Amino acid sequence: MGFKNYCFKKSLWVFHFGGASCNNCDIEILDCLTPRHDLERFGILLVGSIRHADVLLVNGSINIHDKERLIEVYNQAPKPIFVVAIGACGCTGGFFTDSYTFAGPVDKIIPVNAYVPGCPPKPEAIIAGIIKLVQNS
Amino acid sequence: MSKKTLIPIGPYHPLQEEPELFKLYCDGEIVKDVKWETGYNHRGIEKLSESKTYEQIFFLVERICGICSSSHPFAFANAVEEIADIEITNRTKYIRSIIGELERIHSHLLWVGLAGHFLGYNTVFMWAWKYREPVLDLFEMISGNRNSYAMFKVGGVRRDIEEIKIQVIQKVLDDIKKKTDLLTGAVMDDPVIHARTKGVGILTKQDIIDYGAVGPTARASGVAIDVRKDDPYAAYPLVNWKVITAEAGDVFAKAEVRLLEMYESISIIEQCLDGLKKEKEGEISVKVKEIPEGIGNGRAEAPRGEVFHFVQSDGSNSPVRHKIRAPSYVNIATFKKSCIGQTISDATISLAAVDPCYCCTERMAAAYDLESGVKLMNANELINESVKRTNELKKTIMSKL
Amino acid sequence: MNTESIIEKFKEKFNSDILEIVMKNQKRIIITMRPDSIINVAAYLFKTAGFRFIIASALHTKNGFEIHYHFSKDSVGLILNIHVILDKDNPQIESLSNMFNASNWIEREMHELLGINFLNHPNQEKLLSEGNWAEGVYPLRKEFK
Repeated sequence: MGFKNYCFKKSLWVFHFGGASCNNCDIEILDCLTPRHDLERFGILLVGSIRHADVLLVNGSINIHDKERLIEVYNQAPKPIFVVAIGACGCTGGFFTDSYTFAGPVDKIIPVNAYVPGCPPKPEAIIAGIIKLVQNS
Repeated sequence: MSKKTLIPIGPYHPLQEEPELFKLYCDGEIVKDVKWETGYNHRGIEKLSESKTYEQIFFLVERICGICSSSHPFAFANAVEEIADIEITNRTKYIRSIIGELERIHSHLLWVGLAGHFLGYNTVFMWAWKYREPVLDLFEMISGNRNSYAMFKVGGVRRDIEEIKIQVIQKVLDDIKKKTDLLTGAVMDDPVIHARTKGVGILTKQDIIDYGAVGPTARASGVAIDVRKDDPYAAYPLVNWKVITAEAGDVFAKAEVRLLEMYESISIIEQCLDGLKKEKEGEISVKVKEIPEGIGNGRAEAPRGEVFHFVQSDGSNSPVRHKIRAPSYVNIATFKKSCIGQTISDATISLAAVDPCYCCTERMAAAYDLESGVKLMNANELINESVKRTNELKKTIMSKL
Repeated sequence: MNTESIIEKFKEKFNSDILEIVMKNQKRIIITMRPDSIINVAAYLFKTAGFRFIIASALHTKNGFEIHYHFSKDSVGLILNIHVILDKDNPQIESLSNMFNASNWIEREMHELLGINFLNHPNQEKLLSEGNWAEGVYPLRKEFK
């Protein structure tokens, strides 16, 4: 287990980027912090700036307007960073791939380390996804 | 000479969730102008609709907004059933109303939590979202998913609510009533919340009429419009309930309207459950041959106000035109009126009071010029301003007690 | 005040501008009118008759560009669609946004999605197309052969 992996096994700080989404996934992510699932007891925090983050959660189908901002956010992130694509829209574009503003699913824009499919994925699925990611890294 | 400072809220603020950029032009502490930049969430849904069949469109419109996830299919079903003159069964009406009202409860609880957070009451946020969970569990029991329930179809609903589920719903509702009492007491009687929200973000009756605002935003300013009473649909004319209004038009009035509406929703669901017991199980849809040529105007009362769907059909499997208007489209425009003249520490709570469901609306792109002498405050810092103000008020009020 | 009396009064005032009335039932009526009467009609409905402006829907058909202005009389649950048909080569109509704020955003959106020009609009700037699609592109227009 290298130094980097050792660090990642402690509390992860998570930054959330919502693309063009219906909000279901955003709310399920926030739900992870609420008393029923309570991610904060593991030290996992939602932070307000990408520069403090270890994990970047991306959801929503990315439209052309969001694409540059996603690339900007990814470039500002301190490396190494784990990118997790959440929800059907994040993984493949979901329902909206035929739309005139669709700019490709997340993995065509930035490299993605893990996918959590679902519409929306339950908080348990999101937590399981993050943990699997950390264990496999 | 007074300096104009530019303070953006957003675009990726963790607790506003959706990307939306509000730019507040301030003169010292007072907000003088608001400009916003949108286009981040436009997904081209109306164009997508024209290439999908009517059955597929139900899944599409559900995902316009996650929180009002049943209101859009509700209005769309009303529109299509109007074109084809379809009469739905009583059981369908009750089930649809139950889903609509359960959604209202969970949406208002979500709003109470977010408003609490913006004021600096993180405990209210955690409690409100914890009390939402039983409602989401009910949805999972009824439909299989916590959000995006896929319950609606043309002429009926896709799943039934059987006797055993009725009992579970009743038990959970009793529990929610107690929790709502707790939350209402905590929020409505707190002198600091009174000080933070009374007289803040006021919208007059004339403002509401001028902007065409709807929902609790309008009802809190004394404009008693509610689609469930004005243009009744589903089971609403079959049960007893009343429209909640308030007069002051400020943030406190909006919170009061939403909290009291939860009690009405619980009462409507209980009456619908009684109605279900009298109807025959299994009669949840009618046969639909085709959608003829015609025009349908369908509307429903979402937690945020009136959802309106216009559907024009030419007899084929897909609509010729499907226009969707969500309540936040007209409500967010009122933010300009309610925010100008306030201090920056009140800006976030004025915005939250409109309960903007950004994904229902689209963000607009408005070009703005940057004034010189800019001090940039990001979204977190704006929330901190609001929390600071709450703490100041707490000290003043507690010292007087 | 019921639907019949509302429609009778409307017919008296605007008889010469009405092209067709389709009454589906007591709560859904579509009145096709001349485009140049829209300001007077909207002023009458909003200021005198107490209607609320819901939204406007624009579409592109073989007849040209059509707009349905949806007005609601909440006390009787009536939705009145004022339907106008605009020229297919140069679609334009007077803006309602100087009269009330409710139509401001939707007129800008119709301009971006279909290319309809709203004359005298107070700020016909971009609403959603910035960064999403180019100038001169109108996504909701159709190809008719």
